Amino acid sequence: MEDLLHYHYDVDGGNFASAGEASVQVKRVLRQMGFPPDLIRRVSIAMYEGEINMVIHAKGGDADVYLSPEQIRVVLKDVGPGIKDVALAMQEGYSTAPDNIRSLGFGAGMGLPNMKRYSDEMTVESTVGVGTTITLVFNAF
Amino acid sequence: MTIREIAESLNANVCTKNDSLLEKDVEHAFGSDMMSDVLAYADEGSVLLSGLLNPQVIRTAHMLDMPCIVFVRGKLPTPEILMLAEESHIVVLSTPLRMYASCGILYTAGLDR
Ligand SMILES: Nc1ncnc2c1ncn2[C@@H]1O[C@H](COP(=O)(O)OP(=O)(O)OP(=O)(O)O)[C@@H](O)[C@H]1O
Ligand SMILES: [Mg+2]
Repeated sequence: MEDLLHYHYDVDGGNFASAGEASVQVKRVLRQMGFPPDLIRRVSIAMYEGEINMVIHAKGGDADVYLSPEQIRVVLKDVGPGIKDVALAMQEGYSTAPDNIRSLGFGAGMGLPNMKRYSDEMTVESTVGVGTTITLVFNAF
Repeated sequence: MTIREIAESLNANVCTKNDSLLEKDVEHAFGSDMMSDVLAYADEGSVLLSGLLNPQVIRTAHMLDMPCIVFVRGKLPTPEILMLAEESHIVVLSTPLRMYASCGILYTAGLDR
């Protein structure tokens, strides 16, 4: 399938306060393009979880969004510590987030399972010491 | 229940300037200081009650299309947080009541979940 549009965002890993800005911009773009509200919400929630993860676990990274009328694809790539056991990390409640992250309202171990729930396809490629790339696919129909 | 009625029943200050949004009708509410749980469990379009005060509370609500955030225990949002909320068309309320009392009042008034 041909992608009609590509948007790129740098996710700043040094700034928790700005985390989520890329997801906010993507939500705006999707609304302007007239995608259905339910689909926009699924993309927003899943991408936001991934963006927060890049900031709290991996010092930031790149977010790329590819749009076609049929499909929205979100690729979140970081060069952080990687995930040793992806199957374990995908379980609800598993979190390595430190207490200071919990006091900011995150770190319940719900993000990855939530991304899985709200996307139609999710792939996690991760190598310890190299980084993590998560691809989320959302079908418009 | 409209946002205006929510503000009145919680004796809350309306902190944002977008007054036209006060007539918006809502049916559900969700109370938590953990944004992880809000993202995982809250219904879209709910009112969010929270004692946590940072920009991620606004962004979390924005992602879930929540029209209103109530900060409990008299927490006063900073100008940055209010600006972010106004950009996202979210009404921010601040109530002196605690979380438990606030949720109880709204639940009794008919907001469910
Ligand atoms: N981009 C990443 N780089 C390195 N580790 C990650 C990354 N994303 C997730 N992880 C690991 O997977 C665990 C589970 O992630 P998940 O998003 O489910 O929970 P969390 O971020 O800890 O908490 P929550 O998402 O509920 O705020 C994290 O605690 C972390 O150990
Ligand atoms: Mg997470």
